[in-house]
Amino acid sequence: MPFSLLKYGLNKDYPFEKHADLPAPCELKPSYDVVIVGAGGHGVATAYYLAKYHGITNVAVLEKGYLGGGNTARNTAVIRSNYLTNEGVKFYSESVKLFQQLSNEFDFNIMYSERGQLTLAHTDAAVRGFRQRAEINKHFGGRTELIDPQQIKELVPCLNMNPADMPILAGLWHMDGATARHDAVAWGYAKGATQRGVELHQLTEVTDIDVENGKVVGVKTNRGNIKCGCVVQAIAGHSSLLAAKAGFKLPISTFPLQAMVTQPVKPFLNPLVSSPSLHCYVQQTSRGELVFGGGSDPYPLYNSRSTLDLKESLLANAVELFPFMANMRLMRQWAGLTDMTSDYSPIMGLSPVDNYYLDAGWGTWGFKSTPIVGQTMAQLVASGGQVPDLIKPFAMDRFDSFAQVNEMGATAASH
Amino acid sequence: MKPSQRLNEPMGLLIDRNKPVQFKFENQLVSGYAGDSIASALIANQSWLMSRSFKYHRPRGPLTMAGQDANTLIQLGGEPNVLADRQNISQDIQVRGQNYNGSLENDKDAVLGYFGRFMPVGFYYRSFFKPLGAWKKWEGVIRDKAGLGVLDLNFKPEYYDKKYLFADLVVVGSGPAGLAAALKAADAGATVILVEEQTILGGSLTYNRFDIEGKKAQTLRHELLTRVTEHPNIQVMTDAVCNAWFTDNYLPVIQGKRMYKIRAKECILASGAYEQHVVFRNNDLPGVIMCSAATRLIKHYAVKPGNKAVVLTGNDEGYYTALDLLEQGIEVAAIVDMRAQAQDPILFASVAEKGISIKQGATVYEALATKGNKHIKGVDIRQITGKGQVADTAELIDCDLLCMSAGFMPAYQILCQAGAKLSYDDAAAEFNLSGLPAHLYIAGSVNGIYSLDAVLKDGEKAASEALNSLGLSTEPVADVNCDKKVNYDWPIFSHPKGKDFVDYDEDLQAKDIVNATRLGYRDIQLVKRFSTVGMGPSQGRHSALPTARLVANATDRSVTETGVTTARPPFAPEKLAHLAGRIFDPYQRTPMHYRHLELGAKMIPAGHWQRPAYYGGAGERDKCIQLEADHVRNKVGLIDVSTLGGIELRGPDAAEFMNRIYTFGFLKQPVGKTRYAVLTNEHGVVIDDGVACRIADDHFYVTATTSGVTRVYREMTKWNAMWRLDVDILNVTSAFSAVNLAGPDSRKVLEKLAPEFDASADAFPYLAYRETNIQGIPARLLRVGFVGELGYEIHVPAQYGEALWDLIMQAGKAFQIKPFGVETQRLLRLEKGHIIVSQDTDGMSHPGELSLGWAVNRKKPFFVGCRSVDIMMAKPMKRKLVGFRLPADSAKPEEGHLVIEQGEVTGNITSCEYSPAVKAIIGMAFAGIEQSEPGSKIGIRVDGKMLQAEVVSLPFYDPKNSRQEL
Repeated sequence: MPFSLLKYGLNKDYPFEKHADLPAPCELKPSYDVVIVGAGGHGVATAYYLAKYHGITNVAVLEKGYLGGGNTARNTAVIRSNYLTNEGVKFYSESVKLFQQLSNEFDFNIMYSERGQLTLAHTDAAVRGFRQRAEINKHFGGRTELIDPQQIKELVPCLNMNPADMPILAGLWHMDGATARHDAVAWGYAKGATQRGVELHQLTEVTDIDVENGKVVGVKTNRGNIKCGCVVQAIAGHSSLLAAKAGFKLPISTFPLQAMVTQPVKPFLNPLVSSPSLHCYVQQTSRGELVFGGGSDPYPLYNSRSTLDLKESLLANAVELFPFMANMRLMRQWAGLTDMTSDYSPIMGLSPVDNYYLDAGWGTWGFKSTPIVGQTMAQLVASGGQVPDLIKPFAMDRFDSFAQVNEMGATAASH
Repeated sequence: MKPSQRLNEPMGLLIDRNKPVQFKFENQLVSGYAGDSIASALIANQSWLMSRSFKYHRPRGPLTMAGQDANTLIQLGGEPNVLADRQNISQDIQVRGQNYNGSLENDKDAVLGYFGRFMPVGFYYRSFFKPLGAWKKWEGVIRDKAGLGVLDLNFKPEYYDKKYLFADLVVVGSGPAGLAAALKAADAGATVILVEEQTILGGSLTYNRFDIEGKKAQTLRHELLTRVTEHPNIQVMTDAVCNAWFTDNYLPVIQGKRMYKIRAKECILASGAYEQHVVFRNNDLPGVIMCSAATRLIKHYAVKPGNKAVVLTGNDEGYYTALDLLEQGIEVAAIVDMRAQAQDPILFASVAEKGISIKQGATVYEALATKGNKHIKGVDIRQITGKGQVADTAELIDCDLLCMSAGFMPAYQILCQAGAKLSYDDAAAEFNLSGLPAHLYIAGSVNGIYSLDAVLKDGEKAASEALNSLGLSTEPVADVNCDKKVNYDWPIFSHPKGKDFVDYDEDLQAKDIVNATRLGYRDIQLVKRFSTVGMGPSQGRHSALPTARLVANATDRSVTETGVTTARPPFAPEKLAHLAGRIFDPYQRTPMHYRHLELGAKMIPAGHWQRPAYYGGAGERDKCIQLEADHVRNKVGLIDVSTLGGIELRGPDAAEFMNRIYTFGFLKQPVGKTRYAVLTNEHGVVIDDGVACRIADDHFYVTATTSGVTRVYREMTKWNAMWRLDVDILNVTSAFSAVNLAGPDSRKVLEKLAPEFDASADAFPYLAYRETNIQGIPARLLRVGFVGELGYEIHVPAQYGEALWDLIMQAGKAFQIKPFGVETQRLLRLEKGHIIVSQDTDGMSHPGELSLGWAVNRKKPFFVGCRSVDIMMAKPMKRKLVGFRLPADSAKPEEGHLVIEQGEVTGNITSCEYSPAVKAIIGMAFAGIEQSEPGSKIGIRVDGKMLQAEVVSLPFYDPKNSRQEL
C-alpha cells in the first residue's frame, strides 16, 4: 500500500476542507477577463493552462449542467494519435505526450493506462490506408506498425480472425494507444484551475452572447449578465447553437453517438480493439467492464436517446469479433452529441466575432485532444488572438478556402 | 451442505416437489426441486454465502430474491455474473461463487475489509502515481482485483433469435394493477400482451400479504388469473423481461433465448416498486434480507429463511411479514419499527396480540456477525433520537434472520428512459413519476399506490386511458387516491465504524457518499462518477434513494433538486447473445462463383462479395497475375465483373438527372454510346466513377464501383428527393451478371459466341453500346477499354451468368481463353494509368489532381460539387496524382508508403506493381506539384530507406491507345 494512503486512514476526520478537489459554489462577478463557456475537459483545461502558464486567473468557466457532464462523461476514453494527415498526427501526438504526464502535473491520478490500440483491416483498401497511417505516424515519432494476422493473434489470442466472413488481413498496432479515467481528466484540470483562482460555475447556462461592433463584450446567463474581455466557446454537442447566439453559422452537423458497457469481469483484454469495417470498437476498463462504441447515428439529431437498432448491430459485430462475449451481459447504453465537420477535423481558433474564440467540431475525437486543446487555446487567449501554429490548419475559414484536413479515414469506427 | 428443509404446501408456488434436481455449488452436491432458483435451493440447504463483494470481499447472500441486487451474482459454468435468484436450477449444473481469492468460504482478500479506512472514497485518484511511472506497476495489481466473474474465452455462442410482435396494448407486470388493466382493456376489445418477469402471474399477490388473515391475495389471484388465462384477447408472456422503452413504445422483451421486439400502440407499466434497505452497520451480512425476500422464499420456494427473526420496518408491511414468518413457525424475536407508531391500528393490535415484542421509534444500529461475517447472529437495537441519531444504550437480541423494509422506490428506470421526471414528495418521503409521453401509462405501486383496492382501481384507470386513446372507449378517467404511507423518511444510521452500506454492488458506505460531497463533488452525477455509486450491476436499484437523501442533506438542497442519476437502457442486464440474435452476415456470390472455385481461384472479399484475385495457389500471386496479364495482352482473357454496380435510370428527365449528378455532359449523349461518368460530392471530391450507357432517350444504364454503388444509389435518391425530376432510379447490381472479355482475340470470341451480331469495328466501335442475343441470352454489350485492350463488357440478367461464363469459355477454347482475376485487372489498368476511385483517390482528391479535368463539363450550368470543383481547380494545386517507375530490380514500394520531399510528407503511393509489359516497377502516387512533371524524381520511403523514382507520363503502356480502339 502506498504511504500516501496512510494519511487518510490514520485521520478520523478526513476529509478536511483542504482536501476538497472542487470549491463550493460562489456568486458570479459582474465581469471577467475571460469567460469560458462549457466546463467539459476542453473548457477546464483551457482555464487551467491560462491560470498556470499565463497567469490569467480572472476567468469564469460557465457550465449549464455539471462539471464534465457532457461528452467528457460520455466518451469511451480512447487516447491515440494514429491519424492520417500531417496536421492531425502532429497535433494528437502532442496531446498524447501531455496525457502521459497528467497525473503528476495535477497531483491527481487520471489512471492513464497505456494498452495499445489495435485497428483491424478486413479489406485490402484498409490495409493500404493503415500502411499510410503507420508510415505517417512513424514519420512524426509515433509508435505505430502495420502487423500481420499472426502478430494480431499473439496480441489478442481470443480474437476471431474471420468475423462475419470478413477475414482479418492486417492490423494497425498503435502502441501509444491508451485509455484514462475520463472524468478524472476534467476534475484534475478543474482542481488545478480553481486552486489558482479560476471560478467554476455549474448550473449556469449562457442564454445569449453580447456582441457590440463585431466584438464580444459579455454573456447573458440564467444567473445574470457578465461583462468579459473575451469568450472561449467549448461546448461539444451544441456548438452551432451557441455560435448562432454570437451571430454566425458553423459548418457543423450534430449527430448522436452511442456507446454501451457490460457488467465487470476479470481482465482478459488488454489492448483497445477496433474494426472500422464492422463499425465496432471495444476496450476493457480498469473496473473490468467492456465498453463498446460504434458509428454515429445515421441522421442528425439533438437528442441523446438510445436506440435498439444501433445496439443490435453493434453487438452482433462485437460477438463476431469475440464470439465468447455472447455470454456477457450489457449493463448500460448511452449517447452523446457529436458536432461533425465535413472533414472530421475540429474547428479551432478565431471566429467572425472579435475576441470570441472557437473550440468546436470535435465530433468523436474530443477527449483525446483535451490537454493539447487546453494548452493551445490558452496560448490563443493569452496572446490576444495569435493562433498557435499547431492549430492553424483547423481554422474555421479552411472550408471557404478548401484547405480541409481530411481525417475521415482515421476514425475508429467508420461513420 | 446441511439437509434441505422445506415448508408444507401450499407454500412453494414455484417448485415441483416431485422433481428433485441436483447440482453442484463450489463442488458440493446440492439438492433442490425443479422450479427452484439457485439461491432458493442453496438457502434450503442452509447455504447463504453466494459471492464476495466488489471491493472488500465481504461475504454476500441474497438481498431481494427477485434478481434486483448484485449480491447473488454467481458463475454458472463459463458464464459469469448470473443472478442466482433468477436462474433456475437444472440437473448437474456447475455453480461457483465469484470474486474470491482462495475459496468462497475462506477468501484471502477479505482482509481488504480491515483496510477500508485506508481506502476512502475515490482513494485511487489520490495515490499510486508518484513518482512518474509508478502507476504502471500499481495498475496491474488494481486491475486484477477488479471485475467479478471469469469469462470462458472458449465459449461457443448458442442459437438465439428475435421476433417482431404487435399489439394494441402491452402491459408490463402482472401484479394486481397489471392484471386489472389487462382484463379491462381486453374486455373492451383491445389486443393485449401481458409481460411478466416471473414464471407465474400475480406479482405481489404471489408473495405479499394484504390482510391479517392472509387469505385475500390468494383468493384474488385465483379469480384474476382464471379470467386472464381464458381471455382470447390476452397473450401472456411469463419469464419475460421488458428490458427498455424506445421511442414510440418499441419494447424489447427477452424471453428464453429470444428477444421479442414489440411495437405497441399503448403501453401500461405496472412494474411495481423495489423494496428499500435500511442503512446500518453490517446491513450486508448474509441473513439480512428485504421483507419481500423472506416472503418470496416462503411462498415461492417453501424455504424457511431462518429460525429466529427480527423485523426492521418503516411501514406496516413489516407487520404482515411478521405474521407470515410466525405462521410458518419462525420465531419473531422483535419488530423494530422506526416510526413512532404504526399506520393501521388494527394490524398493530393483532400483531401485538400474538405476543411479538414491538419496539417503536427504534432501529437496528448494527447487525452482529458470526465469525468471518458469514451470517447474522444478532442485532444491536437502539432508540432513534433524531434524524439518523440513536441512543447510547443498546439492546442486543440474538437472531439468524433480519427482515427489513425502509419503504419502496418505484421501478422508475424504464419510465425515465421514456422521458418521465422524478420528483420527491417530502411528506410521503417517496419519489413520484410525472411527465410520461403520450401512449404510456403507469399503474400500481410504480405510481405510488399501495393499498390493494386502490391498486386495482389504478390498473383499471390506466386501461381506461389506453382505451380512450385507442378509440375503444370514451369513459371519463378519475384519479385514484391512496393514503397508505410506505416510506420512512430517514432510514440511514451511519456508524462510526462504517460498513453501513448504501450501495452493496460497490461497497459504498454512508460516509463515502457524504465525503464525496465534502470533496466538492456535489452534483448527484458527480457523486456517482467520483464514488461509483449506482454504477454496479444493479444500477442503483437500492442505492439511488439513500444517495439522493444523503447528498441532499449534505449539500443543503431538496431531494427533488438533488435527484437521481440518469436511467438508461437496459432495465436488467441483458446478454449480448440476445442483442446479437442469429447474427445475420449477408454475403453475396456472383452467379459464376462456383466456376471460379472449380478453376482454382484465390478468392478475396470485396465488400460483401467474394471475387477471384487470380487463379492459382496462395503463394503464387506474382507469377499468376503476370501470366494472366500477359495472356490478356497477347491472347484473350475473361473476368467476372458481376460485382460492378449497376443503376438504371428511366424517365423523361433521365438525361437531365444524369447531367446534374455526374460531371460530364449527358444531354447530348447519343443513344447507343457510352460515356465515362465521374461523380463528385459537394466538396468537389471524386467519390465514384463508372460508364454511362444511353439505351434510349429516356433510359440510361450506368455502372458504379463495387464498393461505391450503395453510396451512389443513396446519393442519387437523396438528390432527386430534392430535385423532383421525373426519373425512376433503381439499383440493379444484383439483377445483372457481367464479364469483361478482353484481349486481341476478344472480337473473334464474340463473333463465335454471337454469329448473328456484327462485331466489326465499324458496326461496333470503341465506346459504343449494343444489345444482342447470345444463344438465347439477352445481353448488353459495352465496348470499353479499362484494361487497355480490345474488349467487351457483357451484361446479362443474373440468372444467365453461369451459362454465359460457360458459353464464353467454350467459344474461347479455340483462342486459348483464360480467366483472370481482379488483381490482374488492377495491374492491367495501372499499366494504362486508369485510376480506381478510393484506391488512387482519397477524401480530398478533386478532378484536377487526378488529371480528370477532361471528364468535367464546365459549359453546363450545374452538377453536384461544381462550385467546389471550380474553386479548387482555380487555385494553385499542391499535389497531383502521377505515374512513376522504378527499375525491375528495385525494392518495391507498397501502397500507402510515403512520398517525401526534404523531410516533408508530400504524398503517398496509391498503386504499385511490377509490370511484365513495361518490364519495370510502375505505380501511381500523389506527389508535390513541384515534382509532378514527367522527368522529375520523387523520394519514396520503403521500410525506412529512401528510393528515388522517376515521374513518367501516363499511360505506361500503349500511350496512343491503339490497342483498345482496334
